[in-house]
Amino acid sequence: MTRNFDLSRPVLAAVAALLAVMIVLPVGWLLVVSLTGKDGGITLANFVALFTDPTFVDPLITTLIIACSVSAICCLVAAPLGWLVARTDMPFARTIRTLVMASLVTPPFVGAIAWEMLAAPNSGLLNQLWRLLSGMPPDEALFDIYSLGGLIFVISCYTFPYVFILVANALDRMPGELEDASSMLGAKTWQTARLITVPLALPTLLAGALVAFLQALNLFGSPAILAIPAGFHTLTTRIWSLFQFPPKPELAAAASVPLLVLTVLLLRAQAMALGRRGYAVLGGKYGAPRPIRLGWLRGPAVALALFVLAMPLFLPYAALFNSAFSRVASRIVGPETITLHNVKFTFLELSSTMPALKNTFLLATASATLGALLALLIAYIVARKAVRGYRVLGFLATAPLAIPGIVLGVGLFLAYTRPPLALYGTLWILLIAFVTIELPAAYQQLGSAFHAVHPELEEAGRMLGATRLRTLADITAPLLRSAVIATWCFIFVATIRELSAAVILFTSETKVLSVLIFDLKESGDVGAIAVLSLTMVAITTVVIAAANRLHARPQSRAA
Amino acid sequence: MRRRQFVAAAAASTVLAPLGARVLSAAPPPQAITPALIEAAKKEGKVTYYTAMDLSVAEPMAKAFEAKYPGIKVAVERTGAERLFNRIGQEVGSNIRRVDVANSSDAAHFIVWKRQGWLEPFLTPDMAENLAADQRDPDGAFVNQRTHLSAIAYNTRMVKPEDVPKGFVDLLDPKYSGKLVKGHPGYSGTIMTATQQLAKALGWEYFEKLSKQKVLQVQSATEPPKRIEAGERAIAVDGSDYLFWMAKERGAPIEVVHAVEGTPQVSNPMAVFKASPNPNAARLLVGWIMSPEGQEFIVNVSGQYPANRLVKAKAGRPALASIKTLPEDPLEVEKTADEIKTRYQRYFKV
Repeated sequence: MTRNFDLSRPVLAAVAALLAVMIVLPVGWLLVVSLTGKDGGITLANFVALFTDPTFVDPLITTLIIACSVSAICCLVAAPLGWLVARTDMPFARTIRTLVMASLVTPPFVGAIAWEMLAAPNSGLLNQLWRLLSGMPPDEALFDIYSLGGLIFVISCYTFPYVFILVANALDRMPGELEDASSMLGAKTWQTARLITVPLALPTLLAGALVAFLQALNLFGSPAILAIPAGFHTLTTRIWSLFQFPPKPELAAAASVPLLVLTVLLLRAQAMALGRRGYAVLGGKYGAPRPIRLGWLRGPAVALALFVLAMPLFLPYAALFNSAFSRVASRIVGPETITLHNVKFTFLELSSTMPALKNTFLLATASATLGALLALLIAYIVARKAVRGYRVLGFLATAPLAIPGIVLGVGLFLAYTRPPLALYGTLWILLIAFVTIELPAAYQQLGSAFHAVHPELEEAGRMLGATRLRTLADITAPLLRSAVIATWCFIFVATIRELSAAVILFTSETKVLSVLIFDLKESGDVGAIAVLSLTMVAITTVVIAAANRLHARPQSRAA
Repeated sequence: MRRRQFVAAAAASTVLAPLGARVLSAAPPPQAITPALIEAAKKEGKVTYYTAMDLSVAEPMAKAFEAKYPGIKVAVERTGAERLFNRIGQEVGSNIRRVDVANSSDAAHFIVWKRQGWLEPFLTPDMAENLAADQRDPDGAFVNQRTHLSAIAYNTRMVKPEDVPKGFVDLLDPKYSGKLVKGHPGYSGTIMTATQQLAKALGWEYFEKLSKQKVLQVQSATEPPKRIEAGERAIAVDGSDYLFWMAKERGAPIEVVHAVEGTPQVSNPMAVFKASPNPNAARLLVGWIMSPEGQEFIVNVSGQYPANRLVKAKAGRPALASIKTLPEDPLEVEKTADEIKTRYQRYFKV
């Protein structure tokens, strides 16, 4: 490394300071407050109070049940679907893969609201339809979304795509020769699958199971919408309820700690599971895997895939469109009953719509820009080992993965409602939250992109006298353009749908779209919710499409 | 009728004195809505109105004000009264100056805000003259904007005439299990107020038994009307009565029940905040809402009971005096709000 003075040192110092502001301070305050008693002394009393209180222990157990079930269901659905898409000659495989990824654009809380419209026990459209078809009496319900099972189902709908992507990508990469060898040695198709494909895919599936577990563990929106009407709490909704009046930040902080610890442990387990995957790729070049012929099963396979896709995609969007143009969400809209009442109300009367749209757009753009830049800088420093201590930066950039959104929200609230940085009430605190939450995924995307750029190119630039930043701007950045654009899009989309940290950190002036939808949900204004949700998804889709035109690869990642 | 109607506010203000809240000995001299005030308000150009009123009333009301005073935008910040109290507490506590006018369905909050010195006393000559003494704080720190009830109601397509409940105790009958929806006192001021009144009248055992009826637990008192209209549940245990009526008048199959035990009554005070960033627009808005024109607007749109004596209640709705109501007691709500939330959560689990 050169000894010439350039801007890299101050930049590095700034990055480190920023990461400290974003991560160390909130988590530090969280731990301090959780250990502080009413008298200001150090105490474990908050933890004792929590773990002896059934209103906290019950949600903890419920949450674990949900996370385990979601994890199992996601694997059971995603593994066969991933296999069908990646390894068989199922028709429309590419379209189905795209649609599964597209279902990730739906914010989970919007999905939960849509499923209320579909499967509320009495007014749900599916239940009404079933009554019409089967003559089931009015008091009975085919589906009850306000139940533990209903909640598990809805969370699974919006979690299995993460597992699907992992599995499908892993199966894409899996060498076909091993399977060929197996069949040459006389194994039948299904035997090969059992003896070769499944064992090779197992570590990925395990990692997927952990991703799903983490998602379910840390989700706030869906439980807030479905569990509370059913009369139970999960850990995240309980933490949030501790923030309602009278706020008990010390208990909220203490309640966040188990979530934090559990997440850290699971991430360690995930790293181990993914680490073991190495044995599958033995080196050398393999041919593309040969698709398995499904024969007469092709039809049923594609039907199964479409049936699965109906759950997160077709049915919920049908319900949202229906209630956007209907006076009462429980009625199917017809030519006589179609109304623009909700659209007019949302855009002409509801005075929060425009400020919320503006805040959301501003924050998403700023978070995406800042987050992508920050991730780029850190990825560069780590990939090129540009300074001593680069590992610390890499660690800090990954650390937020271990901080659930609601916990980060609590931590930021505790850290920035007091001097020296009283950021609460400004958009800055939300910006910090969003950038922090999305940094790990952004950093991972750009980190892997950096591995594709040869250091020689940069070194040539340095030898010709350019400073490190100049080299980065003139040589590295153009080469990474598409990865940076993909990362930017990823953060933009993720910011728009973020609820769990925003719901703790917003004030009336810094309300974002997700919080506005949540507010409307609490007063049951489903028509306006449908209009806003569709608007939100439309914006997201337009941004992704625009980014695609910039020749970026659209990426969705499990994070 | 007036006497009985607003016992609450009067009770609150008489008991306020011993709490040491009375810094001023009397209401401030009334301030007229002068052209200068209107001009200053237009210069501010906006006003932020925190309210617990349903958006279907609050937003049109805001638009009517904007039409009357062009150039002043009203930002309506609507959520449940208990959430509003939390938000305002956090914002004012963090020196975030945002709220101009607050209006909520939990009268207890105004006792707290007044004690903390957060409210700016304000009365127009019209308010001083046409609000009965029990419709305003003696020091003019807040006034009652309107009154509504938290009523039982049902979907006529889902409840047979012989199964219509007569009151709250009827709802404990096993035949109503799984058919009820109700709001939450940790969110809604209407429900908080009603819970205090019902717990006093029927005892907490009532809620313990009610919690075994597989109740669909929603948050806002504005949601049970929407849920029974959608047919999600047959009967609303509670909810803002004006929304039941509005739905009924729109043709929804909804009937209101005034319980034999008495129906909880909820006043909706309103006040200007001392730290208001738009103090002139704030006064203009309060003056207009309380004027016969503003009151008439609320009555026409929603049929809630007006506070200004120049305005008549909506035709076709039962007169307030004809309904057996439960006594409202904001001071008691203020003292026991925490306990109410804790007990409620113990029974209903959320």
